[in-house]
Amino acid sequence: MTVTQAALVDLKGVGKRFGAVRALNDVDLTFRPGECLGLIGHNGAGKSTLMHILAGTLSADSGTVLMGGADVRNGYSVQVARQHGIRCVFQELSLCPNLTVAENTRLTCPGLRDFGWRRKAGALIVATLDSIFPDHRISPGEVVADLPIAQRQMVEIARAFTCVDEHLALVILDEPTSSLDARVAGQLLHHVRRYVESGGCVVLISHILGEMLATCDRIAVMSDGCVVEVRGASAFTHASLVECMGTVSKPQDQDRVFVSRRDGQPPVVEQLPARQQNGQAVAAWPGEIVGLAGLAGQGQSQLLVQLLRERIASGKRVAMVAGDRQTDGVFSLWSIAENISISSLAALRHGLLIDPQAEQAMAAKWQQRMNIRTPDMNNPILSLSGGNQQKALFARALASDSELILMDDPMRGVDVGTKREVYAIIKEEAARGRTFIWYSTELEELNHCDHIYVFRNGQAVADLPRNELSEAQILRSSFQEEVA
Amino acid sequence: MNAPQPMTLKKPPAANTVDRAAGGVNRARWLRNALPGISLVVLLATIFIMQPRAMSYMGMNLMLNLAVPIALATIAQMLIITVNDLDLSLGSFISFVACVAATLLNDHPLLGCLVLLGCIGVYALLGALIHSRRLPAIVVTLGMSFIWVGGAVLLLPAPGGSAPQWLQALVKIKTPVLPFAIVVCVVLAVAVHLFLMRSRFGVVLRGAGGNPLAMAKAGWSLLRIKVTLYALAGGFGVLSGLFLVGLTTSADANMALRYTLLSIAGVILGGGEFTGGRVSPIGAVLGALTLVLAGSLLSFIRISPDWQIGAQGAILILVLALRTAVNRLEVRPV
Repeated sequence: MTVTQAALVDLKGVGKRFGAVRALNDVDLTFRPGECLGLIGHNGAGKSTLMHILAGTLSADSGTVLMGGADVRNGYSVQVARQHGIRCVFQELSLCPNLTVAENTRLTCPGLRDFGWRRKAGALIVATLDSIFPDHRISPGEVVADLPIAQRQMVEIARAFTCVDEHLALVILDEPTSSLDARVAGQLLHHVRRYVESGGCVVLISHILGEMLATCDRIAVMSDGCVVEVRGASAFTHASLVECMGTVSKPQDQDRVFVSRRDGQPPVVEQLPARQQNGQAVAAWPGEIVGLAGLAGQGQSQLLVQLLRERIASGKRVAMVAGDRQTDGVFSLWSIAENISISSLAALRHGLLIDPQAEQAMAAKWQQRMNIRTPDMNNPILSLSGGNQQKALFARALASDSELILMDDPMRGVDVGTKREVYAIIKEEAARGRTFIWYSTELEELNHCDHIYVFRNGQAVADLPRNELSEAQILRSSFQEEVA
Repeated sequence: MNAPQPMTLKKPPAANTVDRAAGGVNRARWLRNALPGISLVVLLATIFIMQPRAMSYMGMNLMLNLAVPIALATIAQMLIITVNDLDLSLGSFISFVACVAATLLNDHPLLGCLVLLGCIGVYALLGALIHSRRLPAIVVTLGMSFIWVGGAVLLLPAPGGSAPQWLQALVKIKTPVLPFAIVVCVVLAVAVHLFLMRSRFGVVLRGAGGNPLAMAKAGWSLLRIKVTLYALAGGFGVLSGLFLVGLTTSADANMALRYTLLSIAGVILGGGEFTGGRVSPIGAVLGALTLVLAGSLLSFIRISPDWQIGAQGAILILVLALRTAVNRLEVRPV
C-alpha cells in the first residue's frame, strides 16, 4: 500500500433493512486515510447503522464493501474489521463495568497475552489517556463501575486508540463528546486532528455543529437512510448543514386555523423538567395537544415519567401510551379486550368482581372506534400486528377517564395508514377537552400539536406555538448552534 | 501506509490526587470485599468462645468435614452466576455424581470415569443450548434437575453403594498443622481466584457477565465463553460429588439436594451479585464456610434441629442486610 490517497474503505450501494424498515438505502461513501469524515443527520437517519456495518457488528444486505480493492461484504465480521485496522467507539458505552480499566483494555487488545499483561495493559492505556486527555486522573486499577460517565467515555475513546502489534487505520467515534465537558471535548478533537494529520482516518458523528465544522475535512449529511450530500467542511455553514438535514419541507396542513387555547384558565399541567435551569416549565392547557420535540433521549421521556409519577402520587387521573410496546406496553399473555380494559377496571366493577359483559362492551366499542383489525377481541394481543397492538394501547388510554394523556413516542414502527387513523382520534378527543402531551421523534407529527417544546440536554430550550412551527426552527433548537 | 503511532506524551500532571469521592467508594469496596471474611471470623470467634474445645485440629476437622463439597459446589455455582445465569440442578447433579461414584466408579472404574466426563460434556452442551436458543438458564437447569435425580434413582434405588477405597483414603488425608479441609479450601480459593480474577482468560469470562453486548462487539464468542464456564462448573460439580461420597462412603439419590440453595447462598454471602459478572472466588469459599459453621454454631447453642434451618436463614438475612447497607454506601456520592 504505497498510494496514500487510495481509499481505506469504499462503500457502494450499501443497504440494510430491519423487517419492514429500511434503515439504509443505497449508501455510497468513501473513507480515505489522513482525513476526518463527519457524519451528520437527524435521529434515525441511519448513521449508527452505517457505522455498525463498517465495524462489522451488523452485516449489510446489499451493495459492496471494498477494502484494498476487494469486496469483503460476505463474511465480514468484527474480526475482519479489526484486521483492517477499524476500531469503533459506539454510542452506547461498551466497557464492562465489573472490570478494571486495564482489564477492559485487554479485551480489545488480543496482543496482551504474556505474563504481566495486566501491568502492560495499564501502562498502555494510561499512556494513551495521557496523550489524548492530559490531567485525566484515571488510574488503570480502577473498576469502571466506579468511574463517572465522562471518565468512562474517556477510557473507551483511549482504548480505541490503543493497540498492540496491530495496525490502526480508521477510528469511528459515534457521538464521543456527548458526555464530555467542553474542555475535555476540545482535547479529544485536538487529538483527532493530530491523528488525522499523521495519516489516520477518523469518522466523527456528533450533533454539535460547531465541533463538526471545526474538526472535519469532509462532512456527509444523512437523511432517511441515504447520504444526501457530501462536501468539504469548508463548503458548509451552520445554516446550510441544518438545511441539508431536513427532509423536503412540507407545507403545513392549513385545514386548521391555529387558535391558542392559552386563555385565562389555569393550565392542567405545569411541569419543570428535572434538569431545567432557567425555570421554563412545560405547560398544557385543557384541550391542548402539546408536543415534545428534539433529538431522541434529551429528557422528553423522563419528563413524561416524572409527570406520571407526580400525578399518580397526588391521586390525579393520568394515562400513558408507551412507545416501547414490548417492555412497557402490552400484557403479552392477555387478550386484546383485557389489555384495553385494564386501566378502567373501576368503571367495570360489579360488586367485588369485574362485569364480563361490560368489559366485552367496552372492548367492542373501542374495536369499532379504533378500527382494530381482529375477528375476535378475545384473541391474544400478540395475534395483532404491531400497528394494531399500538391501537389497542391507545384504546386503553382513551377508554380510561383520564383528562391527561401522555404519549411516549407511540408511533414507533407504525405504518402510515394507522397513524392517520390515530391522529384523527387524538384530535377528536382533544376537541372534547382532553389534554395530550406527546413526545415524538418524527417531525411531521408535530404538525398536529398546538404547542411544541424542543428539548436539549434534559431541558426545554424552545417553546413554539404551532403557527411559528417550522422544521428548520426545531432542527436549529435541537442542535447546539454554538461551539460547546 | 504507515499506521499512526500514539502521540508523544505530554508530561502527566504530578501525583494523582485521590478525590474524596474516590476514597469513599474505595472504602465501601474494601468493606464489601472484607465482609465475607469478617462474618466468618465473627462466627468462628463466637464458636470458640462457646466451645473452646472446637479450637483444635480435631475440632476444626469435625466442624469443617463437610465444608469442602459445599465449597466446591459454591465455586461451580459461582462460575454459572458469572454469566448472569443460575444453576438449579447443581444439588441433584452432585447427588447423581455421588451415586455414579458409589456404584459404577467402584465396580467398573473405566466406565465410571467415562460417565463423569460425559457429565461435564452435558454441562458444556447445556451452556451451548442456553446460549444459542436464548433459553432462561433457570428453566433449563430446573428441568435438568429432574433428569439428574431420575438418573441417580435408576443407579441407586435405595441408599447404599460404596465409594472406591482410594477416594475414601484421599478425603481422609491427615495434613500437618491445618486440617485437610482447610488446606483444600485455601488451595481452591486461591487457584480459582488466580484463574478467574487474575488471568487473561478470566477477564474475558467475567467481561461476558458485565456487558455481553460489548464483548460480542469486541469480537469475542459468547458461545465459547458460556460453554467454557458451564463445563468448568460441571467439573467442579463432579469434584464436589466425589468428595462428598468419599466422606460419606455410601450414596443416596437425594443426598445433596440442598446444595443447590446452599451454593447460591454461598456465592451471595461471599459478595457475588446475581447479575453483572461481579463474583469473588475467595468470597464464595468463605461464604460456603460461613454457612457450614452457622450450622455448627446453632448446634453448640443447643437450638433444636427443628429450628436450625430457620435460624440459618436468619443468619443469612443478617449478613445480606449488612451487604445492602455497604452497597448503599458505595452508591451514595460522598
